[in-house]
This record gives sequence, structure tokens and C-alpha cells, in this order.
Amino acid sequence: MKILVCLGNVPDTTTKIRFDGEMKNLATEGVQWVINPWDELALTRALEIKEGSGGKIEKVSVVNVGKADAEPTIRKALAIGADDAYRIDADPSDAYFIAAQIAEVVKNNNFEIIFAGKESSDFNGSAVGSMLAEFLDIPSVSAVSAFDFPDGKVVLKRDIDGGKETIGIDTPFVTIVQKGISINPRIPAMRGIMMARTKPINVSQPVAVDTLVEYETFELPEAKAECKMVDPENTDALVDLLHNEAKVI
Amino acid sequence: MSIIVFTENRGGKLKKSSFEAISYAMNIAENTSKPVVAVSVGELGDDELSALAKYGAAKIVSVNDPAWKSNDSQAYTKLMAEIAEKENADTFIFSHSNEGKAIAPRLAVKLKAGLITNITGVPANFSPLTIKRKTYNGSAFQLMKIKADKAVLTINPNSCDVVEKPVDVNIEKFSPSVAGDGATKVENVDVVTGKILLTEAPIVVSGGRGLKSGDNWGMIEQLGEVLGAGLACSRPVSDEGWRSHEEHVGQTGKIIAPDLYIAVGISGAIQHIGGVSGAKVLVAIDKDKEAPIFKYADYGIIGDAFEVVPRLIESLQKFKA
Ligand SMILES: Cc1cc2nc3c(=O)[nH]c(=O)nc-3n(C[C@H](O)[C@H](O)[C@H](O)COP(=O)(O)OP(=O)(O)OC[C@H]3O[C@@H](n4cnc5c(N)ncnc54)[C@H](O)[C@@H]3O)c2cc1C
Ligand SMILES: Nc1ncnc2c1ncn2[C@@H]1O[C@H](COP(=O)(O)O)[C@@H](O)[C@H]1O
Repeated sequence: MKILVCLGNVPDTTTKIRFDGEMKNLATEGVQWVINPWDELALTRALEIKEGSGGKIEKVSVVNVGKADAEPTIRKALAIGADDAYRIDADPSDAYFIAAQIAEVVKNNNFEIIFAGKESSDFNGSAVGSMLAEFLDIPSVSAVSAFDFPDGKVVLKRDIDGGKETIGIDTPFVTIVQKGISINPRIPAMRGIMMARTKPINVSQPVAVDTLVEYETFELPEAKAECKMVDPENTDALVDLLHNEAKVI
Repeated sequence: MSIIVFTENRGGKLKKSSFEAISYAMNIAENTSKPVVAVSVGELGDDELSALAKYGAAKIVSVNDPAWKSNDSQAYTKLMAEIAEKENADTFIFSHSNEGKAIAPRLAVKLKAGLITNITGVPANFSPLTIKRKTYNGSAFQLMKIKADKAVLTINPNSCDVVEKPVDVNIEKFSPSVAGDGATKVENVDVVTGKILLTEAPIVVSGGRGLKSGDNWGMIEQLGEVLGAGLACSRPVSDEGWRSHEEHVGQTGKIIAPDLYIAVGISGAIQHIGGVSGAKVLVAIDKDKEAPIFKYADYGIIGDAFEVVPRLIESLQKFKA
């Protein structure tokens, strides 16, 4: 069996978000690009599952829809331990487009377990994983916080309102992962970094897809008014402000 | 053409976010003259379902069938497509919740509809539908426009108003032709019921590493209780096991938008703010006047939480009495 992990290439989570003059694009000067945090955790878990599977999982691949400037991020995934990578050479600006491209990679290479993250930390769409599953007409399980593979059988835990569900599922399927899937992301070791240089990145051209949405301008939130300080001895004053001014209690 | 709202329920009750979704649909309905149809999957009585009509859902399609319990997103997508055809719908409204996020994107692909997720406000334009959504973890917003003939939208809980618009109720019991028991087999459910759902709570009280230990949470629980609030915490607090992971808010935890968020002993790291920037009013209690949380707060108290919180509880008890 083969696992595919979807890999978003996103600005580091501490990036100061600014846009160009027309408010159409992120101002990318000085931005550090990283593996989308959920995808890094997904990859970590996928590798653990492969290692513990007694050979049942033959390989873990990663896929990215992106231009050549995403390759350092892909190389990092290879250094962490992915066996090989697919890159669809296109601007990753739309979830529907991205999912359609990844669906081609899955179909052409017979992946049976596909990991996607809960959301990309730039676009926050929470869309690509589920869209991918629908393109492939296979099941998807969202909000997955644990993935176990006892005796070659998949057992997932999914978060529901106020609790968790344990779920059994047959392959193929898409799992959309979140907090808990693994705790700390694996860090590339020197040996991994050396090996990553020789691992293949298969680059392909995108298939044509209809445009169903259009992206207009970005906006920054309004500047917040100065914080009103309340005397720590006078909590009555805070209650009064919350009741009479903010009207939230 | 009609507008379909996918409603959600928990423990036999509709979730508040479902009423928000109906109100959102009504806003579009009034500007486009399309009727609103609510879909409910689950064991809800007619009395409970009727609550949807209070907000304007003139028709309710109810699937009340034990075969539809496993919450399989692939099966739910087929169900929604079947109802869409029956109701001649072109607009679909979901909550931006775990369930909504699992189904809405699939439905958009199935129907070749434009998808806008993470919505925080009513449409800026109705033809073509143009809507503001949250992006970059709350550090920015983005306007998106639908180009397809159909639209699927997911609305952030607690970010759009609920408006009463009572209509007569018409509940239709529906037996879908597609199978509900899909590929996902639920083997075990472990739910903590009775607690206020963090994502739905209008008031949230949250504690950070400044509280030093899980043993010190008594006063946070008490503060939560006087306010009828949900409880939250910062990531290190859940990582340390002081509190359950259920309570972790932030970029890597739950994303919430209550009317009031009270942060106690939380410094205000950008990844924490990413989960709470939707709060309408933010109160910070921290002993360090330089803590970044005060840049995001509306009201602040600089002081020792162990003195301020008990005093605040007293003030609130006085106020409630
Ligand atoms: C990729 C990534 C994702 C992350 N995701 C999240 C996330 O989702 N959520 C999250 O919360 N964090 C997240 N973090 C961690 C985040 O960067 C901070 O480390 C974390 O939010 C700090 O938690 P804190 O405010 O509780 O602790 P601290 O930063 O240690 O702050 C404690 C505060 O308590 C105050 N204090 C101390 N004693 C008292 C007292 N007696 N009375 C009053 N105040 C007192 C201090 O002045 C201080 O301001 C993430 C980090 C990374 C790298
Ligand atoms: N350009 C991309 N290439 C590969 N996978 C992606 C890409 N963008 C998003 N994904 C995957 O889809 C998940 C959700 O992204 P989004 O729908 O943008 O929130 C991410 O965590 C990734 O796993």
C-alpha cells in the first residue's frame, strides 16, 4: 500500500501579513516559507505508520501544487523521510484547482491512503482534502486526531462536538488531520538531508480546470482602539464597563 | 431556485450555529427572492425542528432515520445533492464547523459550485455573490466572488447575527434513495455531554501558563460558572496536561468567536490570537504590562490573577444578584 501526503507551502506562522499596493497579493519580501504545520504533522505520522507496518506500507510520497519556488519545502519533506515527491507546476491559488491536480496524481499512481491537513495556514480554506476525495469519489474522514494501523487495519479517531469517535475504514480514503495526529514534527537529520538530494521530484503540468470562484482584494482588520485599563483593585468597574459599555454581560 | 441550509444538532437539540445559518440564508433570500429550505439529519422531534421556522425557514426537509447516523461525508454529500435536485437549489449554506467543513467542499465539487469558506460577514454583493472571508489566521480578510451558477458557503459560528423572522412551518419527512451507511464505520463514541460547547459559547474564560498549575483552575472554573461561560486554555496548558485538549484555542486548536473572551495569564502570542481574534470583546488579566495580549484587548487589568480573579468573581456575583 502507498501513502500520499498533501503538502502546502506557506509563510511561517509568525510572518507579518502585508499586501502589495493593490491589496491583491501577499507582500512576500523577507517571508520564510515552510511546510504547512498540519502537513508536517501528517507526514510525521505517515512515516511512523510505514515504519511500524511490517512492510505493508511500501512508500510515503508527498505532493505539492506549486511553482519551482516551492522546491525547498518539498526537499525538506524528503529530508524528513518521504520517499519521493510530485510537484504539479502551477500557481496554487484555488482549492478546486489544487484538488483536481492532486486527484490526477492519485489516479495515475494508485495511492490508497491520502493525508491532507485541516487547513492551510495562509488561505485557511479547509477545502482541499474534502474536494480531493469527491474528485476521486472515495470516502473522507475529517477532524482526525489519531491514526492507528494495527494488523494492517485502519483505525481513526475523529473529533466531534464535545468528544471523539473511533472509526474503522477500508482503503482507499482521504484523511484530513488536525491536532493530536502527532505531537512534534520530525526534524530532518544530516543523513536525511544528504539523501533528499538524490530522491526524485516528479514534475508534471496541470490539467485544465474550470474557474468557479474569483479572488478579489484583501483587507486588513481595522486598527484596534487602545485597550482601556481598569484598576486591579476595582473589578466592579470592569463589570460595569462590560455591562453598560460593551454590553456583553 | 432555492437556498438550502444544512442544519446541525447535538443531543436532540439544534445548534445555535444552525439558526445563524438560517439567518444568513434569509439575508440572501430577501435580496434574491429565493425560498429557504432547511435540511435536518438526525433524531429531532417536530417541536425542535419548528424552531427553524422562527428564523424564516418555511420548509424543513427532515431525514430522521437510524441509517443516517454514521456521519459519512461522502454519503451526506450524495444526500444533499439529491435534496438539491428535488428542491431546485443553487445556493447551499453550512456552518464552518467540523461537520460543515467535511461536507461543503465535497458538495461544491459534486455540483460544480463555487465554494467560499470561513465567512465572517453578510454578502457585499448578491449578483454575483461576493463575500468577505477570514484568511491568514484572522490577520486579514479576503473578498471572494462566485463565478459558477451554484454557490456553497460555510459561515463561521458566532460571526453573523441571528434574526427572528417567524413563518409557518412545513416539515417534510424525507426518505433518501441514497444509502446512509457509507464506508465510515463508527466503532465507539466518547462524548462529554452537558458541557457548554466551546465553539458555540457566547462567553469564554481562558487560562494560560501564568496560572502555574492545573491545580489552580478552581477560580477559572468558578469565573466561568458565574458567567455561564465555556472554558478554554492556551496551548502549553493543554500540552502540559493541566487541562484537556478540548479546551486548547489558537491556530492549532479551536478557533472561536465569542462575544466576550477573558484571557487570564495568557501572554498573547500570535498563534494564540489566531484562534480568538474573532471575539467581539477581549478582556486581558496579566501581571506584565508589556504582555502583547494588551495590544489586542479592549479592557485590561494589570495585576496578579490570584488576587484579581477572586475579586472579579465577587463583583460579578454582586452584579448578578
Ligand atoms: C506553529 C505554532 C502553533 C502554535 N499554536 C498555538 C495555539 O494554537 N494556541 C496557543 O495558545 N499557543 C500556540 N502556540 C504557542 C504560542 O507561541 C505561545 O507559546 C503560547 O500561546 C504561550 O502560552 P501562554 O500565553 O499561556 O504562556 P506564556 O507566554 O508563558 O504567558 C504567560 C503569561 O502569564 C503572565 N503571568 C504570570 N504569572 C501571572 C500571575 N500570577 N497573574 C497574572 N498573569 C501572570 C505572564 O506575564 C505572561 O504574560 C503555537 C506555537 C507555534 C510555533
Ligand atoms: N498547493 C497545495 N499543494 C498540495 N497540497 C495542498 C496545497 N494547498 C493545500 N493543500 C492541502 O490541503 C490542506 C487544506 O488546505 P486548504 O483547503 O487551503 O485549507 C492542506 O493542509 C494541505 O494538506
